[in-house]
Amino acid sequence: MTKEEIIRPENLVYQKPTLMNDNPMHYCPGCSHGVVHKLIAEVIEEMGLEEKAIGVSPVGCAVFIYNYLDIDWEEAAHGRAPAVATAMKRLWPDRLVFTYQGDGDLACIGTAETIHALNRGENITIIFINNAIYGMTGGQMAPTTLVGMKTSTCPYGRDVHLHGYPLKMTEIAATLEGTAYVTRQSVHSVPAIRKAKKAIRKAFENSMNGKGSNLVEIVSTCNSGWKMSPEAANKWMEEHMFPFYPLGDLKDKQ
Amino acid sequence: MAKFKGAIVVNTERCKGCNLCVVACPLHVLSLTKKEVNIKGYNFAQQVLEDTCNGCASCATVCPDGCISVYKVKVENA
Repeated sequence: MTKEEIIRPENLVYQKPTLMNDNPMHYCPGCSHGVVHKLIAEVIEEMGLEEKAIGVSPVGCAVFIYNYLDIDWEEAAHGRAPAVATAMKRLWPDRLVFTYQGDGDLACIGTAETIHALNRGENITIIFINNAIYGMTGGQMAPTTLVGMKTSTCPYGRDVHLHGYPLKMTEIAATLEGTAYVTRQSVHSVPAIRKAKKAIRKAFENSMNGKGSNLVEIVSTCNSGWKMSPEAANKWMEEHMFPFYPLGDLKDKQ
Repeated sequence: MAKFKGAIVVNTERCKGCNLCVVACPLHVLSLTKKEVNIKGYNFAQQVLEDTCNGCASCATVCPDGCISVYKVKVENA
């Protein structure tokens, strides 16, 4: 059987989700953002919520997510995405409202908004991309930077006496009464991507069923910020990030 | 026993040559071009082994830019 015989529309098993448009993404080669964008698009398509989904984009690399996914988007001030999402979900309870935030946005400037929105049990989903660095601004130290990890503002590694300890937002969220589903996933391999997709789907279903707020943390790579190849960044993440940020569900309220 | 045969189509102009699909493929079907580049100047991914692909879609799943479409056919008694 030749390649031409296989490549026919009826044999198509996987392609770029239709919600993701053809604009070239500005992310660096191998960036985890692209995979998470794809998963969100696939889940929204599978749930049939194309006309009902509203995302809130952050400040950070993913600020241009509205250029890539063809659903409704709102851009929030730095860190204020959960507050904006709260307002939208309260005005339109039948819509799927979610935020997409990085660690600088969610765990640093937006800590208060995030914790309070989760604690109020707003029926929103927060997708939290944790790459332990400020990717967009040039790889500075973030609240989530690992101890000993080198960044441009801590070139000798993060020192706990000077910079304090990394912040585990997902663990904090799991202790709050308002949260329904709190999980930590990754997108470094095919099985991990499938699990992350299931987690996003569950979080979206919870927020549509009014079960409470949901937080899906995705431990990601920033290969440019970490100054590694995409492949090496994935390995580095498995070796260094996963021991401190273990994957799995932290809270699943029935 | 039924066997699957697959083929991929890479959107070479969208590809950024991150190499993640090459690493993800369990059958080592893909490879980046050595010299040829796309309009952005990246070495892009391509299918180098014609008969080996079984259409598992691992490459397309890990592709951050959604450049890969996967086709799959069931072949009886191959």
